[in-house]
Amino acid sequence: MKVMAQIAMVMNLDKCIGCHTCSVTCKQAWTNRTGAEYMWFNNVETRPGVGYPHTWEDQDTWHGGWARTKKGRLKPRSGGRLARLAKIFANPDLPELVDYYEPWSYEYDKLLSAPKDSAAFPVARPVSQITGKPMDKITWGPNWDDDLGGSTETMSQDPVLAQMNLDVRTEIEQTFMFYLPRICEHCLNPTCVAACPSGAMYKRAEDGIVLVDQDRCRGWRMCVSSCPYKKVYFNHTTGKAEKCTLCYPRLEAGQPTICSETCVGRLRYLGVLLYDADRVGEAAAVEDPQDLYPAQRSVLLDPYDPQVVAAARRDGVPESWIQAAQDSPIWALIDTYEVALPLHPEYRTLPMVWYIPPLSPVVDQVTASGNDGEDHKILLTALSTMRIPLEYLAGLFTAGDTRPVERSLRRLAAMRSYMRDVNLGGAGDEDIAGAVGMSGAQVEDMYRLLAIAKYDDRYVIPTTHPETPRGIAALGQDVSDLIGAGDGSPEACSVSTFHGQSTLRMTSRGRAAAAASAASQPSTPGRVNLLDWGGDEHASGLFPPAPSEGSDR
Amino acid sequence: MSALDTLLWVAFPYASLTLLVAGLVWRWRSDQFGWTTRSSQLHEKAILRLASPLFHVGFLMVIAGHFLGLIIPKTWTDAVGFREQAYHVLATSAGSLAALLTVVGLVGLLWRRFITQSVRLATTRRDKVMYVLLTLPILLGTWATLSTQLFGQPGGYDYRETISPWLRSILTFTPQAEAMPTVPLAFRLHIIAGFLLFAIWPFTRLVHAVTIPVQYPTRPYIVYRARQASVSAAPTRRGWAPVDTTTAHEGAGSRGA
Repeated sequence: MKVMAQIAMVMNLDKCIGCHTCSVTCKQAWTNRTGAEYMWFNNVETRPGVGYPHTWEDQDTWHGGWARTKKGRLKPRSGGRLARLAKIFANPDLPELVDYYEPWSYEYDKLLSAPKDSAAFPVARPVSQITGKPMDKITWGPNWDDDLGGSTETMSQDPVLAQMNLDVRTEIEQTFMFYLPRICEHCLNPTCVAACPSGAMYKRAEDGIVLVDQDRCRGWRMCVSSCPYKKVYFNHTTGKAEKCTLCYPRLEAGQPTICSETCVGRLRYLGVLLYDADRVGEAAAVEDPQDLYPAQRSVLLDPYDPQVVAAARRDGVPESWIQAAQDSPIWALIDTYEVALPLHPEYRTLPMVWYIPPLSPVVDQVTASGNDGEDHKILLTALSTMRIPLEYLAGLFTAGDTRPVERSLRRLAAMRSYMRDVNLGGAGDEDIAGAVGMSGAQVEDMYRLLAIAKYDDRYVIPTTHPETPRGIAALGQDVSDLIGAGDGSPEACSVSTFHGQSTLRMTSRGRAAAAASAASQPSTPGRVNLLDWGGDEHASGLFPPAPSEGSDR
Repeated sequence: MSALDTLLWVAFPYASLTLLVAGLVWRWRSDQFGWTTRSSQLHEKAILRLASPLFHVGFLMVIAGHFLGLIIPKTWTDAVGFREQAYHVLATSAGSLAALLTVVGLVGLLWRRFITQSVRLATTRRDKVMYVLLTLPILLGTWATLSTQLFGQPGGYDYRETISPWLRSILTFTPQAEAMPTVPLAFRLHIIAGFLLFAIWPFTRLVHAVTIPVQYPTRPYIVYRARQASVSAAPTRRGWAPVDTTTAHEGAGSRGA
């Protein structure tokens, strides 16, 4: 047994309202650069729908992920090592820009520069960011079928529908719909890493984050096509691959990723999982794709098991990380409550961003039919009869096996009914909990985690430097001065050293402390942190030197 | 031998090779981030899928042919009983095929680069210089082969008596360029264009040829790496640069994205 730690995410799809705040903040943080205009490290898809890039799930076209050979071994679906080198001069599986979309901006300038008495009304035409030419008719974008817009034409191309042989009604008011936010899965068995000829892609040993070494990437583009989730992108300006970094600079400081931090619905959970690295290959190679979900769960290790803890210590997992693994909301959602499921386990990459399937489409349909959408008997019956949502979700999360999806949805439904009883002054009906194999106390615990979990319960992230615990790090530079990071050792990454931001400084007490500290011992002489600056005290360096006879103020 | 000949056949090759080697070392040390194919396949795929393999396979054949013809001494092939006649037929036929693949591929690549608008806009000035200096030796070399070996006098031109010893003398630092002025013009122009290409090689995207991923087949599929300070969050100092100074912005590393 080789114990390794992985930072994983769970998203509760029931709570996603499709507001795209995660996508926008991620783009502002990472991909608002030339060459990266078309990249969305985080995107939110409306399902059923074709997704971004167009039909990314159709592996018969893109050849992403792993394939199991007749001998029971794993090989990238796009070919083994020598086959890949043979294809190095032109990657046949690479999506073109049009498969994502051609990024554009608008001639906003024309609105301002139009002459005052112009006869024509000023118009901001769309202009391609690739060719610089006006795009008179935009025909595809990153969220073209958002909220099922235009789905009457495109929905039939959804690979999951095609694979499940599902015939979904395309009348908007009669179909079911939900949102699927997607980031890089930071897989345990990443095909992108396996496909990189230069060895530039790697899985970080400490936290499992999959990264591209920008200095070693040579632009062979094999990662882009080999990732079955199409979450590695090619920057056409720098000629290098780029991908979601799980906001590692924030994680290292104990902060959640920017998509989690800004999630309006608070549906994202971040935490540590322990897994057995020795068994990854074996689990990814089980024969039946429907066994991949249980196989992947069997690779994850129980952080409360004393043997696992001992092995983790032996393998160099820091104590704070073991503690975080025990407090992990991810472990609870995957193992204790069994409500979270992996996205497309059949790609055999063992993805590490899991999803709680949405109950809402079912509840909506029950309510629309005039029944009580919070009565557990009606809900549980509805679940077993509404095959289309169930099978579609199974096509996404369990390679078509509806049983785990049904179990997850039944537990969510039971929780809904149970908690309604409690909220209406009842004692909680143990029968409801028992019907889904749980106790009333467990249901209430799950409710706490899903419905009212606070920031620190949703994001349990140990810092890179265990000697600087989370929270203390937010005090930033002043604390690292106090506890002595000034001994020439590399500066610990803390909240205030990352992008110069500081959380405690937003309070008046924090500002006063910072000002006092800065006055007595300025850590960066001649510089002013505008985030800290209250505007009420003099800041040397902010303004050019004043004339000597006058006062500064 | 005139001063011009010494310049062309001794000084210039050494200058070019020095630029090649020193340039590669310098670029390797200073510009890992810029070391890439800078592929434009994202913009255009249909032509590239045919033209790029044609060009690259043809070019690799050309390199192998040059190695055989220039580096391996004639005495060695004679010693193993490989007759000049047989060598000439083999070299000319294989060389013509390689030239055909390379030229057809190159035409395709140039076509998409300057006709497809998104690819043309992704072309830098440096790329354009590179394309000119890459096309020149390829066309001149093709011309030299066609004019002397295919359509020239029977038996062709035996460059292994003149050019090959000269090149080996350059590479062994015992330059002997006496025979070079007698070499047919097409070959002389081809050689000069070739050394020009070597001279600019390190400063263009052609550097990707030096980092062919030969180690890939022997590597385990999944790569793990421990976190390094250099790939960790850059310890950017907080604050803004004072208004009256012009210090370069620090931090904002490009790694790890």
